[in-house]
Parts: sequence; C-alpha cells; structure tokens
Amino acid sequence: MMRRALLGTAAALALAAPAFAQDFAITNATVATGDGSEPVENATVVVRDGRVVAAGTGVSAPAGAEVIDGTGKWVTPGIFSAVTDLGLSDVDGVSESNDEAAGNSPFSAALDASRALNPNSQDVLVARADGITRASVYSRPSASIFGGQGAVIDLGADPEMVTRTRAFQIVDLGETGARISGGSRTSAHALLRNALREAQQYGDRAAIGAATARPSETRFGDDVPLDPRLDGRDSERAGDVLLTRFDAAALVPVVRGEQPLYVVAERAADIREVLKLKRDFPRLDLVLLGASEGWLAADAIAAAGVPVIADPLDDLPTGFDQLAATQSNIGRMRDAGVTVAIGRMSGGTGEQPRNARQYAGNLVALTRLQGATGLTWGEALATITSVPAQIAGFGGRLGTLTSGATADLVIWDGDPLEVGSAAEAVFIDGVRQPTDNHQTRLRERYRDLDESDLPKAYDW
Amino acid sequence: MLVRSLATFGCAIALGACSTMGGGDASRSAASSPSSASAADGPYASTYERFPGRPTALVGATVYDGAGQRFDNATVLFRDGEVVEVGQGLATDGYDVIDGSGKFVTPGVIDIHSHLGDYPTPSVQAHSDGNEATSPTTPEVWAEHSVWPQDPGFSRALANGGVTALQILPGSANLTGGRSVTLKNVASRTVQGMKFPGAPYGMKMACGENPKRVYGGRGRMPSTRMGNFAVNRQMWLDAKAYAAGNRSRRDLAKETLAGVLDGDILIHNHCYRADEMALVMDMAKEMGYKVTAFHHAVEAYKIGDLLRENDVCSAVWADWYGFKMESYDGIPENASLLWKAGACVVIHSDDENGIQRLNQEAAKAQAAGRRMGLDIPDAEVIGWITLNPARAMGIDAMTGSLEPGKMADVVLWNGDPLSVYSRPEKVWVDGALLYDALDRKRRPVSDFELGQPGEGDVK
Repeated sequence: MMRRALLGTAAALALAAPAFAQDFAITNATVATGDGSEPVENATVVVRDGRVVAAGTGVSAPAGAEVIDGTGKWVTPGIFSAVTDLGLSDVDGVSESNDEAAGNSPFSAALDASRALNPNSQDVLVARADGITRASVYSRPSASIFGGQGAVIDLGADPEMVTRTRAFQIVDLGETGARISGGSRTSAHALLRNALREAQQYGDRAAIGAATARPSETRFGDDVPLDPRLDGRDSERAGDVLLTRFDAAALVPVVRGEQPLYVVAERAADIREVLKLKRDFPRLDLVLLGASEGWLAADAIAAAGVPVIADPLDDLPTGFDQLAATQSNIGRMRDAGVTVAIGRMSGGTGEQPRNARQYAGNLVALTRLQGATGLTWGEALATITSVPAQIAGFGGRLGTLTSGATADLVIWDGDPLEVGSAAEAVFIDGVRQPTDNHQTRLRERYRDLDESDLPKAYDW
Repeated sequence: MLVRSLATFGCAIALGACSTMGGGDASRSAASSPSSASAADGPYASTYERFPGRPTALVGATVYDGAGQRFDNATVLFRDGEVVEVGQGLATDGYDVIDGSGKFVTPGVIDIHSHLGDYPTPSVQAHSDGNEATSPTTPEVWAEHSVWPQDPGFSRALANGGVTALQILPGSANLTGGRSVTLKNVASRTVQGMKFPGAPYGMKMACGENPKRVYGGRGRMPSTRMGNFAVNRQMWLDAKAYAAGNRSRRDLAKETLAGVLDGDILIHNHCYRADEMALVMDMAKEMGYKVTAFHHAVEAYKIGDLLRENDVCSAVWADWYGFKMESYDGIPENASLLWKAGACVVIHSDDENGIQRLNQEAAKAQAAGRRMGLDIPDAEVIGWITLNPARAMGIDAMTGSLEPGKMADVVLWNGDPLSVYSRPEKVWVDGALLYDALDRKRRPVSDFELGQPGEGDVK
C-alpha cells in the first residue's frame, strides 16, 4: 500500500493511517459485506482513516465526509485472490520474467515469494483495475515438493506489496508432488515426514523460540520478529539430513503450527492421507488446495476442521486424481460444513484472477440446475472475499465490510458476480487506486484506426 | 439410452448425412460446401445420422436466431430434424409444446477452435495426440485420426455450454499442422459417427512463437519468424507445382494443400500479432489462397480495417492476454473493436473448460465494448458463437441460425444466455433431444466414466 515509515515502531504502524487515505461515504448503493449474507439495497458504507466504520442500511454519512453517490452501483469488499502468482511474473511464457517457480534452485522450503514481488507487473495492474485488492501469493513447487513460503500482499499502487511475509508454506502431495519427489506418492510422503522431523529437531536444537518464529506482519502492527534464519546460532546436525539448514529453519514454524501448511491434493484418497498427517504432527495448521474430489471426503475434511482453497469449476477428469470432479464440489463441501474459498487462479488465460467473480457467479448458477449443488449469492461472494481472507489469517480484518476492517472495497457498475459487470472504483486501505494499465492505454490508442496525420505511435 | 430408428429416420428423411446416399435431401445437399473436400465424401466419410426427435414447439421464450434477430415471446417450431419457423403466435398443432416463458432460445453454440478428442481428458501423455511435432509442416495429418470419441469433454461442452458443433484442430507446434475436422457434438463409438455431414475440411496453420520455438529449440528451421515464412512459402510453391500437374501421384500433404489452393479446404491460422497477420494475408495473396479465419488474434483490434477488407474472420477469446510474449497486447475490447470496424467476430475457446462457457465469454466481450461506448445488441453477440463460427467453418447453410430448413440445433436456456446465472436446460441436435437438465438419464456419459466415482453426476 501507500508508502509509510518502515522504521516506525510497531505501535506506530498499528495506528498509522495510510497516507492519502480518504474519509468518505458511499450512499444509496447495493452493499454486500462479504460475510456470506445477501446484498442489501439502499445502503451506505462509511470509511474513516483507512477502515470501515459501518456498512448497511440505517447508516448515515458523517458530516464533512466526502459523499460518493452509489445509486445503481454495488459495493463489496475487494476481491481476495487466494493462492495466485500475481506479482511473480510479467509474462508467464517469457521465462526471463517469470519467478513463479524455481525449478533449478538448491533450496525448497526456504524460498520466499515476497523477495520476487513486482508491483508494476501488468498482471497486478490488470487485477487491481478489476477489483482485486489482496492476494496470497505462492511459488509453485518445482524442484521440490515444497514451494516455499508464500506471502499475503495488497495490490495497491505503491512500492510495498507485502501485508504478511512468510504467511504460509506450500507442499504438493498430489500427482505432481509424487513425480517431483522421485516418482511416487510414497516418496512425497516420506520426504514431507522426514522434513518435518528434521525441522522439529532443528528448531529444538537451535533454540528457536516460538515467538521469534512467528511470521511477521508489516501491515497490521504486530511485532516484526527476528528472522530465525538470521540469528547466527548454528546447531550441530547429523550427517544424514536431507534438508539444508535454510530449508529446515523455514519449516520450524510449520511443524509448530505457527505457519499454515497449504497442501495440494485432489484425489479423495490423497486428501484423507493429508488429514492423517495430524496424527504424527498434531500441531500442523493444514489448508487443502485443489480438492477436486473433496466432496467424496467432505465429512472427514469438516471433522478435521481443515479449510479448503478449491479450484472453482473443475468438472473434468483432468487426471486420475480428479475422476470425480464436478462443479458441485464446493456446494457439497459447504453442505458438509467445510470452509471453502475459491483460489489457484493465475496467469492470463481463462483462469486469470479477475475471472474469479465469474466463477463464483457460476456457483450461484448451479442452484438453478436440477441435481447440482451451488452456493447462495452471498456465499459465493464470500468464497472470494472473507473466506480466503480468513484462511490467510485475516478474518474480520480483510475481505469484509465489518466495522473496523481494513477499507479494501470496490464500487461496481452492477452485480459483481455477473459477467457484464466491472469495477468502477477500487480502494485499498481506504485509498482510491489508479486503474490505468497497459490494456486501457492500448484500448484508448486503438479506439479508432485513424493515422491520417501521424502514426499510431504518436497517439498517447 | 437412445434407440436409433434407422427405418423411420436414417436416410429416408431429410438427412444429407447418410453415407449411403448421394443426397437424399435436395435442399440440404445443395447447401453443402464443396464436396471434393467435405467430410461427407472421400475416405473416413461421415456416418452420422440424426437421432429420432419429436416435433417440438418452444413457446413463449425470448429467441435469438443467431442471425442478428431477437424475437420476444416467440415460438420456435422444429420437426424432422429441421427448423420449421420462428415467430410470434405460430400454430403448434401437431407439435409437443414446451413452455419457454422466462427462458431463452438460441441456435446450438458452435466452437470453431477445440482440441477435444485430440487432447482429451484425462490429460495424460498417452493422450497427447494434437501435435505431430516432428516436422514443421505436416499437412498430411488429419485431426480426425487422433480424435478419441470417448473424451468426457464432449459431454461437458454439450451440457454446460450448449455446444452442438465444433471444429477439432491440430495444435500449433507446426507451421502447418494438418487437416481439421468438424464434428456434431453427438456421442458416437467412432469419429466417423460424429463427423458433420457436408462440412468442408479446414487446415490449421500457425505463425509466431510456437513453431519457431519448437523447431528452433532443436536446432532446426524455422528458428525465427523469417524462417517461419520461408518454410511456409516454399511449401506453397511446391504445392502449386503439384496442383498445376496432373495430381496422379498420391501425396497426402500435397493433396491437402491443393485442396486449399482449390478453395475447398479452409485455412484456420493461429496468429496473435497484428503485424504477422498482415504478413500472412500477403502470403496468401502471393500464393493464391485465402485465410478464412485468424485464431486467437489477440491484436486483431489493431487491424480491424485490414481484416474487414480481406474478409477474414477473427476467432478470439474474451480476455486472455499476457500468457506469452505475443499475447501481451491482448485487451478485453478486442471483439468489440473488431465489430466496430465491421470485421467478422467469432468467440472461440481453445480450451476444454472455456468451451463450457462460450456464452459467458461473449457476454464479457460485449460488456467491455459497452464500457467504451460500443453498444452491441445481444442478438448480434449471440451470432459470435453461432452463425459467425458456422460461416467461418463453411457450415452456415446448414446450421448456426434458427432459419427455416436449417438443422434443428437448438438450445433452451433457463435464463438469458448472456448472464452468468444461466445454463442450458435442453439441447437438441438435428431435432433430437440429447441433453435435458431435468432428466438425469438424458446426458451422455462416456465409456471412460463408467464405473468411476461420479459416473453420471451432474458435473
């Protein structure tokens, strides 16, 4: 978000309002708070000091606040893109620009996505223009089953993207993980279990304290801890360890349950194996990614209290681990009591992050289809706002218009889950964001094809 | 399952499709595209025959006819596999009446760019049959020889996307990838049983990054864009020499290329950048063939005037961009700007998921135009996924719109097809009801899915 004094104390960070944050009220709009409830017409949203003060009917604009007429508009929290690669590449297919995976790296769990973020990537600008305000960003498992440490970011037009660095670790225990690990799921599980044991031991020996292993937040004023990998206290390690010291240190907070472990698994059997990890490592804070066959294991997932970041509309047997894929997967998991967000949208094809709204709308469409299980409109919006924020550890603070929440919000020209709608104004931390980008500039240049006076190159 | 009644329907009634007859239905066969290169003739001929259907009247729906017209509270009549009439207040005697109030009717959706069957799911290496990436020019290969009719993707395209016809293209690894095949989206044990009767063949070409990357990476020509053109031009020169001769020596590659030069086989050219499309159009002029459609064409909006003047369609996505260098300038207004320039617009998928939502993609493209002041009527936008692709595939005399005498390829939507909240409720192909959301057994389930978790699920 907006530039701020990074040298300030924790307390100062907590209290600091973002520079240029506006106090304003949006009146007479259709408002959805993102918490799963249905939208409310003729409502008002009040923002002060970068936070939501109130949202709903019976709320009035405070005296002196800028008033934005929301007649005919919709207002929702900004979209939270869960588990994406926004900011890690400029062009997927241009390897020089692409930091989405580190296929030849000697490191694995220690990889830190926040080191590679580029707020000027057009993917970021395009997503922001369409109302995506936050994201959890990850590096794809490639050389190892571990992808490394993901970050929670904002998409504001300023140099600092990180909301929380080292927000989660990611591991692939599906078909891809099995191939990476040596050719079998057996190897992937052995690698993971060995890694967690090494980390457990390493954390104890190195006397890495629980508090210091806690991932830092730069956005919400929690203390910024010392990175345990930089504390200079070596520990002796046995000669047969597989992990580098750097990777082992990165997994210490995972095995202690201080950093969530996101696990890729699609097949119902794979999902059940993931849930069993808790028997050996009871403190693991698990999140399932993908889970195309989650509906076949929904009761077990719900009982384990493990949230899911699901692929939204998978309905094809893309692999033998997704034979039972159906668009009703998310609705059925919801019915079983599983907390589900939509995620893993990335790149510039059909699954680009800005199409998450369309996918959520499709889940609503299922409610009108005999035999299918869909979501209510409010639930569908929640899968791309409050639920992913909650899974990322920011429940009540991001992805919602609850009083006191960060003022990430969007004014839409219509129903945001409808394909014809688009963002008209995007606010992050209460700051109105620019929405121009490479695409909008091209659109303006080629509005007409007239070159009677000068070449198009002079039209800018 | 369906029982095919050959005695009643088959060849006797209105089906130019019958392999055993030269044209039992005069109007249908007259409408067919050039026969010498159509899928109905020659080897591997279509054996598709329409399935039995009931005379059906869809009453009270909003109808987009695919040809740019909208009818409110209208009636659509079809029987014997053909559209009879569309209009208001039509008599429905002798028809099964289906209440369409609050619902919408369109022609069957047509995808001009699909790899279903050639790159089927499950997407395992053993199923990778879409690119004969062993030589940069392979006009001798035919996509139909790779199609696996049991690809579960066909059923999803039907049930979720209302797709009734689609063109299966070879991939874009090669400059010249081979012949395409146009299919009816009707489940069959054989690809011949899916082949669209009377549809002309297409030939896939590709410019830009893919061919030069694939072959340059092996130290072979082409490794550059200029290499792409040199290889293509020499291919055409050789083909012209062959075509000018007596053609007595069988040569699979040259036969396809000669078919293009004769105007019987339509060129579908994968191309992203505006400058390259302009060069390809000049290559076509130099060598004496026509480009029917550029596919992907993310920069088509930069040369809408050229495309209009050359009468070349652009088959585009609504919003794909930036996944490779040559797609960096993709913008959501591409389709609308082409429409503004008076050029032909087709929305395509190139994707087993996107094919399930071509209606939504068209709506997104329309909305992007609306936001920049281009107000494109809904009825025209439906044409982007029906009649326009039919034209570019050479099957528009047979399908693509709800005009009397055309194939009764029809979708009844449970709401506005340009809304995210709508899905097909019923889909007819040649008047046969092949998907019904209200009848769980009236949906195709491929062999592959039998006995698997989720068999027959709503998907």
